This record gives sequence, structure tokens and C-alpha cells, in this order.
Amino acid sequence: MIVANKKPIEEIIEMVKGYRKILIAGCNECVTVCEAGGKKEVGVLASSMRMFFMNEGLKTEIDEITLERQCDHEYLEELRNSIDQYEAVVSLACGVGVQFMAEKYFATHVYPGVNTCFMGVTEERGVWSERCQGCGKCILDRTAGICPISRCAKRLLNGPCGGSTKGKCEISKDLDCAWQLIIDRLKELGRLDEYEEIAPIKDWSTERAGGPRKVVREDVRQ
Amino acid sequence: MRLRYPDTIRIIRVPCTGKVDLLHILRAFERGADGVYVVGCMEGDCRFDRGNLRARKRVEQAKAILDKVGVGGERVKMFNLSSGEGPRFAEYAVEMTKKITEMGPNPIKEAMGKAA
Repeated sequence: MIVANKKPIEEIIEMVKGYRKILIAGCNECVTVCEAGGKKEVGVLASSMRMFFMNEGLKTEIDEITLERQCDHEYLEELRNSIDQYEAVVSLACGVGVQFMAEKYFATHVYPGVNTCFMGVTEERGVWSERCQGCGKCILDRTAGICPISRCAKRLLNGPCGGSTKGKCEISKDLDCAWQLIIDRLKELGRLDEYEEIAPIKDWSTERAGGPRKVVREDVRQ
Repeated sequence: MRLRYPDTIRIIRVPCTGKVDLLHILRAFERGADGVYVVGCMEGDCRFDRGNLRARKRVEQAKAILDKVGVGGERVKMFNLSSGEGPRFAEYAVEMTKKITEMGPNPIKEAMGKAA
């Protein structure tokens, strides 16, 4: 899932304090799972903002909605008939949702309510960590299902660097060395000989470095 | 026991303090409550294992938010006691009432009164 973190309430208030009618829009997908922008968080933010504005003596109307997804036309269309009544929208979706909302409703002020962080997993409740950088050319087949692009600080492709100590990365003692994990798993799978194969130079043009990306699938396109 | 405690308190019964949501606390303040306190079982004695620990976290979250929006985090508090401690329940009610009385009414009520 896309992992996001809540923006501090005061930061959000600062963005929208000049508006008197605001919609807070949550998203039922990734940000709900990582407890940053789902229906619950929409309710908490709306209640907090109402209290702030009331305390300031500013009559401000704050409505709440949580869409199934903010990254698809069909769900964002649900706002078509009501969006014009709002002076501003705070979207608690990831950066993708915020942008799609802004693209779709060109004349509406849209503000982000979360900091979008990475694609990752829920290690335990309240702990999320990165697993994929969307490099566009998956190499997990050669690395025992552990991604050195997202989990190695240097994104190395042929084994660990000299900074790997007792299975940990030199940038933090809390961070596992991705290559140590890969070697351990290859050993467990009886495929350690694959470690000897030199990985060719990676084609980074499919990564973000190659500019904004797009997937076009003619087989499903309408 | 016929214990006396302040009649300003409105008791809302829940099956376990783990049922108390952050939104319940915030909405109480939004609607004009001067203070909210959550009374749970002793820590480690939760019948549902972690209900009171969850409640404590939510109370802490509410505190942080109330501080940020100018209502005051001191207006919300978590207490723990066992079900046999009636006198302590009354003590907590007196303590909280005293504290909230000292702090005065929820500032939102006053601000909205002026705005109206």
C-alpha cells in the first residue's frame, strides 16, 4: 500500500484558515489502512478544526466525506455536484489523490492533509516500512524476494558494501542490511549459487530518474 | 455505599474503556463539555486484555489535539480503578470537578457566545 503520515493539525489549519466552508475528503484505500486519511481520521480532523474555528470565533462550516478511492475518476465524480459549494478541500488521500482531485476540479482549492511517504507494509500496528520504489523493472526473482533497490541504502545490485556489520546497515543499527537478508534467504532456499551471478547494469530509465512515467496498455484500453 | 459525588457529571456507560473512541472525546468538547474523564479498570486487569491501554492512548491523543486547538489538554484525563472501589470513583469525580471548575468553562462556548 501507499503509506502516508498525518500532517500536524496546526499545519493544516494554517493552510485553510482563510476559508469559511471546507470539505475534508478521506480515502478508503491505503491511507485508511495506515490510519492517516480514512473515515476515522477525517472525523478527528474535522472535529479538531471545528473546535479551533469555534474557539477563534470564526463561523466555519466543515463537511466530511470519505471516497472509496481518490485515484479513480468514478469515485471522484461523486463530488461533481457538491464541490462548488466549498471554498477549499483538504484531501487526506495520498499525493496521487490530492493531485487527481486538483486536476479534476480545476477551480477548487485543494490542500494535502497527509505527507505521502512510500510504498510499504504494515510491520505491526503503528509501524510501516518501505518495500518498493516502483523502479519499473522488478528484480525480485534474482534477490530471493527481497528488494535491494528499496531496502539497501545504496541500492546495490551485487552484494553488500563494506558498511554491512552483523547484518545491519551502517546508516542505522535498526536497519537490516538488505543484502544480508538476501544472502540468508538464498541460503535457506538452497539457491546461494545464484548469488555468484553478476547482475548486469540496471536500466534506470524506467525509474523516476527517467522522468514522470506512464503505463499504457492497449490490450485493456478503451 | 450511598457515596456522594458532584452532580455535574454525566456518566456514559461503555462495555469496556477500549470502546471509547478519540472521536467520542472530541465530539463531547465540540458540543460544549467542560471536561471529560475516562475511568477504566486497573492496568493489567482488563478483561479484554488491552482495552484500558487503548483508552489511555486515545486520551493522550485527545489531550494533544485539545492543546493544539486551544481548548486545553488538561480538560481530559484517564483514571483507573477496580470495580470494587466505589469510594475512589467518588474521589475521582470530586478531583476532576474541582480541576475543571478551576479551569473554567470550555472556551468554545464562550467564543461562540460572542460570535453569535
